Amino acid sequence: MSKNQANGARRDLLLRLYRQMYQIRRFEEASAKAYTQGKIGGFLHLGIGQEAVAVGAIAALRDDDWAIATYREHAHCIARGTPPREVMAELFGRIAGCSRGRGGSMHLFDASRNFLGGHAIVGGHIPLAVGCAFAAKYRSEDRVAMCFFGDGSASQGAFHEGLSLAALWKLPVVFICENNLYAMGTALYRSLSVEDVTAKALAYGIERDRFDGVDVLEIHDRIKVAVDRARSGGGPTLIEVRTYRFRGHSMADPAKYRTKDEVEMWKKRDALPAARRQLEEWGITDDELIALEAACETEVGESVRFADQSPEPPVEELYDHVYA
Amino acid sequence: MSTRRAPNAEVSPTALTFREAIRQAMSEEMERDDRVFLMGEEVGQYQGAYKVSEGMLERFGERRIVDTPIAEGGFAGLCLGAAMVGLRPICEFMTWNFSLVAFDTLINNAAKIRYMSGGQFTLPIVFRGPGGAAHMLGAQHSHALEGVYAHFPGLLVVVPSTPRDAKGLLKTAIRDDNPVVFIESEVMYGQKGDVPQNQELIPFGVADIKRPGTDCTIVTWSKMVGVCLDAARSLETEGLSVEVIDPRTLRPFDAETVLASVRKTNRCVVVHEGWDVASFGSWVADLVHREAFDHLDAPVERVCNADVPMPYAHSLEKAAMPDAEGVVAAVKRVCYK
Repeated sequence: MSKNQANGARRDLLLRLYRQMYQIRRFEEASAKAYTQGKIGGFLHLGIGQEAVAVGAIAALRDDDWAIATYREHAHCIARGTPPREVMAELFGRIAGCSRGRGGSMHLFDASRNFLGGHAIVGGHIPLAVGCAFAAKYRSEDRVAMCFFGDGSASQGAFHEGLSLAALWKLPVVFICENNLYAMGTALYRSLSVEDVTAKALAYGIERDRFDGVDVLEIHDRIKVAVDRARSGGGPTLIEVRTYRFRGHSMADPAKYRTKDEVEMWKKRDALPAARRQLEEWGITDDELIALEAACETEVGESVRFADQSPEPPVEELYDHVYA
Repeated sequence: MSTRRAPNAEVSPTALTFREAIRQAMSEEMERDDRVFLMGEEVGQYQGAYKVSEGMLERFGERRIVDTPIAEGGFAGLCLGAAMVGLRPICEFMTWNFSLVAFDTLINNAAKIRYMSGGQFTLPIVFRGPGGAAHMLGAQHSHALEGVYAHFPGLLVVVPSTPRDAKGLLKTAIRDDNPVVFIESEVMYGQKGDVPQNQELIPFGVADIKRPGTDCTIVTWSKMVGVCLDAARSLETEGLSVEVIDPRTLRPFDAETVLASVRKTNRCVVVHEGWDVASFGSWVADLVHREAFDHLDAPVERVCNADVPMPYAHSLEKAAMPDAEGVVAAVKRVCYK
């Protein structure tokens, strides 16, 4: 073991995060395959390439904190602890899905793990996160709300109103902009007059941080600072993590608005193999990693079988869950 | 009978204005449940844009009476998020016109999150404030939006017409576990009526027969109830007995009471603010046509706003609004008088 031997806890954390990232990537690849086989309907927005942000950030939360995300949220839901098979069953529109087949890929929910969705109107969920933080403060709880959104959200009114209220009342919320450089197919420079999303934090007088999301431990550590600040009464933080999706906006998008060079450049910065290299440097053997990866693949394969075998929601239950 | 028209000299000690009834409902529910809070523009220090929340800041403090910036989309969403995790917000829109800025939260979030999460989240929230036209407020401040909100499954829609109904229904709304759209009226806030001082809860989906009659059924709600009662008194002098039914809630809707009345009177007029096209009244008329077809002696008539944005000038506004004369004429048409 190398210079970092003393810090076994860091290695264990990275191992845990690597496992999640690896599992999520294989999960999303499996879901892409299932989509092409016609087993998944509607839209399917993959986050392949962006996993490190969700995984690193959510690892900074406690179980009783809240996380809320966009329609590109498979990673967030799994990172929050929802079993992959329940997520896959939801993508398949099955009763065993985490939203009982009512939500689909864009509306994953898991109340038991304080995962509040899965929202498909860009930016529309941001005030909901602020509401969770308001509730925490109202009840004098030291819980934190974490809100994920893309760079496209930064142009929406709900983003600004959410930030404004959170700042005004110093609410314990961490805003995380997963900036993948494209609002659907529109490049950042064509959609934002100021490409630094965290510049908006200055206007609201809140803390900010901004960095490239290529090292999952760094993501974890820097977001943990904001989580701790929120928890200790220091108010909200706006964080922008630059990241990149290797696939198109959705399965329907060949992403012809990006150059091959750009995609290849970001693939070289992929946080997943980088984490693996770091683990090897810290003394985890290739055999150990292969075993871990094989376990993930087995679990993903099992999730597809589970989803395939789960029945569709019975039509008699069409009207269930409209009202409490 | 209408409590709205009780002469002032005979007002009993329990007579309240509509705004006092709303305030009592909120205050009583806040006393019994710390999870309930009121948030909105000018609800605290200003004492309410229409003085509905007057005195509540002093009574409950800033933690529970929360003044907001002018950001309906933001604070409506905030309230809903708080409801998702266990609070019971009362979200006040200074008027329902401004809810259009928060439409996404009401429609895409409030009406959908329970369903699309497979029932995992409960959304105990009341969105309330005055709706409809008042006096010469112009096109952007005169919307009657109850029909718009009633369109969406997942929302409940409450449209009280008396202080008693307002209090009893608002208490029910605050205790309900669903998102409730509660539409009051600026014009009605000062109107007085008897309100029981016990803990009366009025259930949703139970219509109130505001005036019994035998010749024609009028279905109407909110401040149009008063207009229709005026029309009914006028028609009585001409020998026509009109039954005025106030559903009080549009979702859920008490179809049985309406249909039973129409089967008795064989005639029906639906009266409401807002436009005719794609309105809640059109759904009521359709319901009556389908479910009581064999009992009808005339097609169902409707009295609504003129099909124009609300004008400012008094003469034009008056012409654009449903009024007692228009209701009288419609009743006479269906009665072939």
